[in-house]
Amino acid sequence: MSTDAQEPELQPEEGRPSPLSRRTFIAATGTATGVAVAAGVTGSGTRPVSATEDVASELADGTTSRVSFLLNGRRQSLVVDNRASLLDLLRERLDLTGTKKGCDAGACGACTVHVDGRRVNACLTFAARLDGAQVTTIEGLTPDGDLHPLQRAFIEQDALQCGFCTPGQIMSGVACIREGHTGSPEEIREWMSGNICRCGCYVKIVRAVAQTATGGR
Amino acid sequence: MTPQPAPQPARQPQATVGTPRSRVDGRLKVTGQARFAADHGPADGIDGIVHAVLVDATIGRGRITGIDTRAALAAPDVLTVIHHGNAPRLPYRDNSFPDSIHPPGERLRAFQDDHVRFFGQPVAVVVATTLEAARHAARLVEATYDAEPPQLDLVTAPAHEPDVYTRGDAAAALASAPVQLEMTYRMGRNHHNAMEPHAIVARWDGDRLTVWEKTQWVADPRNELAAVFGIAQAAVRCYSRFVGGAFGNSGRTWVHSVAAALAARELRRPVKLVLSRRQLYFGIGFRPAYEYGVRLGSERDGRLTAVVHDVRGETSRYERHSDDLALGRMLYDTPHFRQDVRLVPLDVNTPTWMRGPGWSTTATALETSLDELAHELGIDPIELRIRNEPADDPATGQPFSTRRLHECYTTGMREFGWHRRSSRPRAVREGDWLIGMGMAAGAYPAESAPAQAHARLGADGTVVVRSASSDMGPGTTTSMAQVAADALGLPMWSVQFQLGDSTMPPAPVHALAWTMASVGSAVQATCDRLRRKAVALAVGDDRSPLHGVPADEVVVRRGWLHARADPRRGETYQQLLARNGRTHLEAVGGYEPPEEIRYSMYAYSAIFAEVAVDARLGIVRVRRMLGVFDAGRIVNPKLADSQAHGGMIGGLGQALLEHTVTDPRDGRILNANLADYLVPTNADAADIRAIYIEGVDNEAAPIGVKGLGEVVQVGVAPAIANAVFNATGRRVRDLPITPEALLMPR
Amino acid sequence: MFPFTYTRATSVHEAIEAGERGGRYIAGGTTLVDLMRETVERPSALVDIVGLPLSDVSATPRGGLRIGALARMADVAADPVVRQTYPAVAQALELSASAQLRNMATIGGNVMQRPRCAYFRDVSAPCNRREPGSGCSALEGYNRTHAILGTSEHCVATHPSDLAVVLTAFEATVHLVGPEGRRATPIGHFLLPPGDTPDQEQDLRPGELIVALEIPPLPRPLRSGYLKVRDRESYEFALTSVAVALHIRGGVIHTAKVAAGGVGTIPWKLPAVEQHLVGRRPSPDLWGQAAERAADGARPLVHNGFKTELLRRTVERQLRIVGGRS
Repeated sequence: MSTDAQEPELQPEEGRPSPLSRRTFIAATGTATGVAVAAGVTGSGTRPVSATEDVASELADGTTSRVSFLLNGRRQSLVVDNRASLLDLLRERLDLTGTKKGCDAGACGACTVHVDGRRVNACLTFAARLDGAQVTTIEGLTPDGDLHPLQRAFIEQDALQCGFCTPGQIMSGVACIREGHTGSPEEIREWMSGNICRCGCYVKIVRAVAQTATGGR
Repeated sequence: MTPQPAPQPARQPQATVGTPRSRVDGRLKVTGQARFAADHGPADGIDGIVHAVLVDATIGRGRITGIDTRAALAAPDVLTVIHHGNAPRLPYRDNSFPDSIHPPGERLRAFQDDHVRFFGQPVAVVVATTLEAARHAARLVEATYDAEPPQLDLVTAPAHEPDVYTRGDAAAALASAPVQLEMTYRMGRNHHNAMEPHAIVARWDGDRLTVWEKTQWVADPRNELAAVFGIAQAAVRCYSRFVGGAFGNSGRTWVHSVAAALAARELRRPVKLVLSRRQLYFGIGFRPAYEYGVRLGSERDGRLTAVVHDVRGETSRYERHSDDLALGRMLYDTPHFRQDVRLVPLDVNTPTWMRGPGWSTTATALETSLDELAHELGIDPIELRIRNEPADDPATGQPFSTRRLHECYTTGMREFGWHRRSSRPRAVREGDWLIGMGMAAGAYPAESAPAQAHARLGADGTVVVRSASSDMGPGTTTSMAQVAADALGLPMWSVQFQLGDSTMPPAPVHALAWTMASVGSAVQATCDRLRRKAVALAVGDDRSPLHGVPADEVVVRRGWLHARADPRRGETYQQLLARNGRTHLEAVGGYEPPEEIRYSMYAYSAIFAEVAVDARLGIVRVRRMLGVFDAGRIVNPKLADSQAHGGMIGGLGQALLEHTVTDPRDGRILNANLADYLVPTNADAADIRAIYIEGVDNEAAPIGVKGLGEVVQVGVAPAIANAVFNATGRRVRDLPITPEALLMPR
Repeated sequence: MFPFTYTRATSVHEAIEAGERGGRYIAGGTTLVDLMRETVERPSALVDIVGLPLSDVSATPRGGLRIGALARMADVAADPVVRQTYPAVAQALELSASAQLRNMATIGGNVMQRPRCAYFRDVSAPCNRREPGSGCSALEGYNRTHAILGTSEHCVATHPSDLAVVLTAFEATVHLVGPEGRRATPIGHFLLPPGDTPDQEQDLRPGELIVALEIPPLPRPLRSGYLKVRDRESYEFALTSVAVALHIRGGVIHTAKVAAGGVGTIPWKLPAVEQHLVGRRPSPDLWGQAAERAADGARPLVHNGFKTELLRRTVERQLRIVGGRS
């Protein structure tokens, strides 16, 4: 029986590339206790769980994988359908719906999250590959629930309308600032072009990113 | 709906309306906590959701000869496959205007027959316990077809009888005009491509259906699903608090929503169905393609004498979608005008409204043709427009309520630096780039529709106002709170506006730029009524400091009801309610447009664009754009700016990038994804600015607005096209303008 | 998406074994996951290789550049050695895709990208790449973005990579390892035009894995650069693109390396342009004359005829940008 455990991680793993971190994962799962949230689910979808469900047999045909990774600072240990993207795992199984599906093909950026500190498209990331990774979503951008300065800047500049692309814009913008690609409006525009905003808030998005990068108004 | 008397002009001070305010749901949106249709689930008490995925037809027209579902049903976790062969016959009651905005015709039905009407039409829905399983099983459904060649050619296909508008004798006037021009413009099909895909969660509780649906009008899924399933409208409840952009694509309820509700009913489980980005190109309407013939006749001084428009626009074979192509009738003082609009039925899904519907299409033809005339005559394009500025509406003879288009021109000329434009094309060069400026005008009807609202003042002095409107991005939730706050004399933070629930007081479809005029006026009327109720309670209460003050002499500021003449004599809403033992006060109110329209009412735009065109490589980049708008009162300049930017960037896409490409052999859409259907990126939007001409329009709406959301895209595409001509000397009459059209000889 | 097994290779050896058994390698996954979702790709076993130690980027002893196959595009683009020695590589990478995708995608995967063609991506359309013998829908269909060079009656899809254009211009070597051991092959031989076997896109044997891509030393001083022409300003595949490197000494071009993208079924080396340049003195006229040869052998289709002229102009422009006027 698998357990989907969620508990605070006291010592987050530091910036190792995820696929190489398997050994740390094995060590970590030994300590994983806590509340089972959705045991026995193999896809991204929610399915009622029966105590007799034989997850081991699902594992035996090899189309599911056991993964353990840090999600917003908390360890997640679960069994996933190999086909499940990180995006669908977040949205359909872990109820973290802040990360959005705009195209499911890496062409819009609405699903941008940070994996091991880098911005990536969650739609093109198989969840099964995340063993040992650190994943940060919009829900975990700040640890204490305060707004990140870029979030404040988005509100202040009104760098959003419908708000659907906004979580992805912000995750991308935070990384863009961290990467140092904020030297000029032109540079920001180019390095924020992986996030489509159909409401057309680009001018204000650039202002919000620039304002946050310089740490002032 | 009971007609409500037009509200009194507000005597309340305007404290928040007109000021730049951050959107009240900004925090929810920047933290990912705003829940869009597909985000609903256990956190909303919807447990045991299963996932539905549509199977799409792979022919352009014909009949389904067989559907083999064995492999799909044998796949793990699959619950059912529903198709025309096993779907129950659904009542499909009529559901026409005003209960829906369906165009005339027979709407597409979910799995009710074996007809394939267009490529990508849903032919089955697969439901499984996981999304992965459902998606996979959908690929395992094997449908076979008897295919017929589809009719897909807008230019050669037989058209319906034309819709003709005529005044004067355009043919004769054209023949005798000293200057005559004839052009044909072609506009590609556009898809809205809102970032949020269409999505629905449907749950039945007995005979009652609840849907969390992406919609611009919560009444529409309610009415349509009630009609389809043969149940009372009151048995359907639709929630849609956040809408991830729509631009017109969610005004009507598309067939996938019926499929989801049907699956939920058959399975007795909540079903979530989210269209893939690809399916959005097939299963959702679009801005139709047009061929727009224009003939102009003018005097040598540029005064128009005759305009003839011959238009062909696409619709489906089963419904007649027609855009409102009326801009040409009213924008210029044209004594002789004729317009023939032919709808061409094709084997496509039915088109629908898309931002600036019709008006932005006509603007492309009309405003490019004006630019051509200006060039022909050697007259500045703005001067030409001013010479043709009408005194009254040339179509109706009515006076304009307000028309500040001339001010739009002069402001735009000054702010944009129009004097730096060379009237000679291809005259300005910077390295490899040819630089050009262009402009175009636009208009959009300032309409309104009946709306109602409910307001409730609580004992804590906060107010909740509700109306079944929608907010797909403009900030309805914020701007309505501003209107309500001013009417009630409250700070904005103590007023909450709620929308997106079909059980709320009715509101019209959130479209046509009429939400502020309609719902805003209803909110104001309702809140005025609520304030007066409170004032009446106070002045009639002998324990109130306001006892005996004439009600008309009481105003409310920051929650303090006081005598106008003596601001210290008063009390708070809280004190008033507490003393009277009231838990709350409430009011219902509404807005009804006047029955008699005495004015011609429009919002106006003047768009200015500067482009750089690579002289050798043909690529076009928009360097800067300025939109000057006469939209009446601007309730929130901060949000208005965002809307204006969005409209102009949408127009940029229309002009240079966007074109849904179909295969003429079978109607397959070939760029049904965001990597190949190009919408503007951040890098495409350099310098974009909006200016609003001050002034209210109290004829257009009691709150003085004319609507902004549509007019901001009207005129953008032709302004860019005209700038391309000014830069290059090459007139491109097909949109989008792509490099191949501009590979000019050295 | 069809079900599949997933394993991680912990060594190159283990990967090759799994690959030999029919396992499909996955690195960044940005192409593969997308195409699996469209069911264009239906591997039954995925072998994750991204953890293998194949991501080093280093200068070779004689001044070339070796890029590990599993180095991420973003890391290579930012690498100081790359930026200093072969800036065209960094330019091509930074003009590719988006920042997010460049953080995921690897160099090896970039070169291995599948063709960008609407019919290829749509499993309900005939396509010889997916199903040899089913026919090419693009030949008579919509083919604005398709190739004018290296096409056959079986396929006209373009190779989508920007980086591979630079690698082709610079005559990079593809280092491979497989069950038979190591081998190296020029990129010009590694990427295959469709010919009569459009489903064979690379010279890749069962179980083989790209280890590295190596750009040979080019004579210095070297002027180089990558130019990409596209409809929108960012986040789009090329309509045309050109990589150029010129070694000019004593006022004469001694070495010229030129290849084009967006126009060929594989990145298209332009030897006729190179030959015209070598031994001549840079001048605007020379750029124009050389560029005239860029589209030799082009076979335009209904909607992509403009690429012939656009290619010539892109070459001319980039020769001027790189070579200057003197």
